[in-house]
Amino acid sequence: MKRIKFETIVDHSILILGSLIMILPVVMLLQMASTTDLETMRNGPGLVFGDQIPINFEKAMFEASGFSGENTGLSMLYNSLILGFGFAIGKIVIGMMAAYAIVYFRLKFATMAFWIIFTTLLLPLEVRILPSYEIVQKLGMLNTYQGLIIPLIASATATFFFRQFFRSVPEELIEAARIDGAGPIKFFIDILVPLSRTMIAAMFIIMFVYGWNQYLWPTMITTDEGMFTLVRGIKQITQTLEGTNLPEYGKSNILQIIAILPPVLIVIFFQSWFVKGLTESDK
Amino acid sequence: MAQVTLNALRKVYPNGFEAVKPASFTIEEGEFVVLVGPSGCGKSTMLRMIAGLEEITEGDLHIGDRVVNTVDPADRDIAMVFQNYALYPHMTVRKNIGYGLKNRKIAKDVINQKVEEAANLLNLNDYLDRKPSQLSGGQRQRVAMGRAIVRDPSLFLFDEPLSNLDAKLRNQMRIEIKALQRRLGVTSVYVTHDQVEAMTMADRIIVMNGGEIEQIGTPSEVYHSPASTFVASFMGAPPMNLLDVSRENGAVMVGGQQVAEFTGSGSVTLGVRPEDILPDANGSFEINVTLIEELGAHRILHAVWAGQPIMISVTKDVAAETGPLRVAIKPDALKYFDPQTGRRL
Ligand SMILES: Nc1ncnc2c1ncn2[C@@H]1O[C@H](COP(=O)(O)OP(=O)(O)OP(=O)(O)O)[C@@H](O)[C@H]1O
Ligand SMILES: [Mg+2]
Repeated sequence: MKRIKFETIVDHSILILGSLIMILPVVMLLQMASTTDLETMRNGPGLVFGDQIPINFEKAMFEASGFSGENTGLSMLYNSLILGFGFAIGKIVIGMMAAYAIVYFRLKFATMAFWIIFTTLLLPLEVRILPSYEIVQKLGMLNTYQGLIIPLIASATATFFFRQFFRSVPEELIEAARIDGAGPIKFFIDILVPLSRTMIAAMFIIMFVYGWNQYLWPTMITTDEGMFTLVRGIKQITQTLEGTNLPEYGKSNILQIIAILPPVLIVIFFQSWFVKGLTESDK
Repeated sequence: MAQVTLNALRKVYPNGFEAVKPASFTIEEGEFVVLVGPSGCGKSTMLRMIAGLEEITEGDLHIGDRVVNTVDPADRDIAMVFQNYALYPHMTVRKNIGYGLKNRKIAKDVINQKVEEAANLLNLNDYLDRKPSQLSGGQRQRVAMGRAIVRDPSLFLFDEPLSNLDAKLRNQMRIEIKALQRRLGVTSVYVTHDQVEAMTMADRIIVMNGGEIEQIGTPSEVYHSPASTFVASFMGAPPMNLLDVSRENGAVMVGGQQVAEFTGSGSVTLGVRPEDILPDANGSFEINVTLIEELGAHRILHAVWAGQPIMISVTKDVAAETGPLRVAIKPDALKYFDPQTGRRL
């Protein structure tokens, strides 16, 4: 048998400990979601799992909360997905096209345009939230998906990363494509997009999670309960149910797990792409 | 197949650097022309102007019977092979070769057939479904060739296509490219800084230096009858010996001894190929050998002749040792150059 080194044991213990600390809250959520609200109220988090998960799950997904009865877990999940995907795809498309224009076309002020885009990194949403709100409101886009997504879609980060990537694509490849008769649009679609796929995957992970976790902007823009996203909606549930009624711990805990899940799945899904793209190294 | 004519073609880069001084020459149909010269002399710039990848500052470029100065590269009916192959990394060999045809909206089955033909010609059949990253350097080079020939262009352009390969493969590919060009009969312009490649492949060589054409001629002309000291020292390994000598009343003197007769007086640059100096016990000149370079079939003797360094190349049968050596020089092997301009006299 191979002797296991002392350091290996220490290393692994640290890693395992770290993982446990990260996972523990999720396990607690699950535990509290598996018992009745009364029990949770009485004992707090415990060690014993109950059998209430299916019941709480059904409540969380299909039972409306709030006044209008429109924000079920399902509708919030749907809204969140639209926000996450719209956000990620929009940012990637816009960022790629902006970077393409900056890198490949002899625009007079390309460098300046790039730096202007870049300085918007200094102006995150929180700084410009009032004017942004006003514009969205004047355009009549409150409580719409467009209103949720479009004002956030321009991305200096994505533009920057794609610009760096495009600049690393060898000049000869572009020239070969020109001789092969690929015009600007064909070159973009046939060559640049497939070459960027690992970059796209990386951007997608970052942007999806970023979009999914938006809290402030959806809170401003959506007053209609049917438009609530998960991240915004859970808070609402826990709040409204602190009355004479028992708080619905089970339901909100399930919703929280559901809120964690898609970003995790996206990361896992794209990670395999990521690794594949990196190891196949075909540039 | 087309004739290519350059008429005072000139390139000035936006920063004001004149990379190609006005150049005029004609490449005949089916001819294989090699542009050779040291790094930075403007070979690639010239080729890229022909390809349409670089704007022409002045002059006309004819391919076939068209003036193509402003024609898009895709419409010039050319194909180009790049130094780094420039294969599309995400496409299979098949798609790489067929991409240009696909863009011309040619039917799928026709493309397939042409790709197969090209692959046959280049021994690539087994690799059609691989990605470039799964090929060796030589195979990638062949794919790049395939991409060029599949389009039946009237002009091939090569920019140092072999410089990323190891010496052995380079020799092999050199022969393959040349044979292929012969077979297809396509007019070709080939850029290299390697004078061996230039000598072995070219029908005609164009020697460039500092943006200017020094000489245009067949390999043998360029080698045996260089138009300038630059060409003399650039072509051939080891290069031509160049000696500063004086003339007195039509007699060329080296170390106080008459070497030959050449009209005029004053100083002159004397050129002689290393293989034209022969060790000979009865020879009229004495040189002092300082170092012997062993190359197998040949030996290069580094020597001093009347205070100036000189190299002579002898076959392996000639015994060689350092010290004084008597040599004879073939009288018709001597070339004379103007010491100021470097031009042949
Ligand atoms: N875009 C550019 N702007 C300004 N000068 C340039 C540009 N491209 C090339 N040059 C200059 O033009 C000259 C010729 O360049 P070119 O690439 O044609 O050389 P080359 O003969 O192909 O050399 P090599 O054998 O190293 O490839 C060089 O001195 C180079 O510095
Ligand atoms: Mg070059």
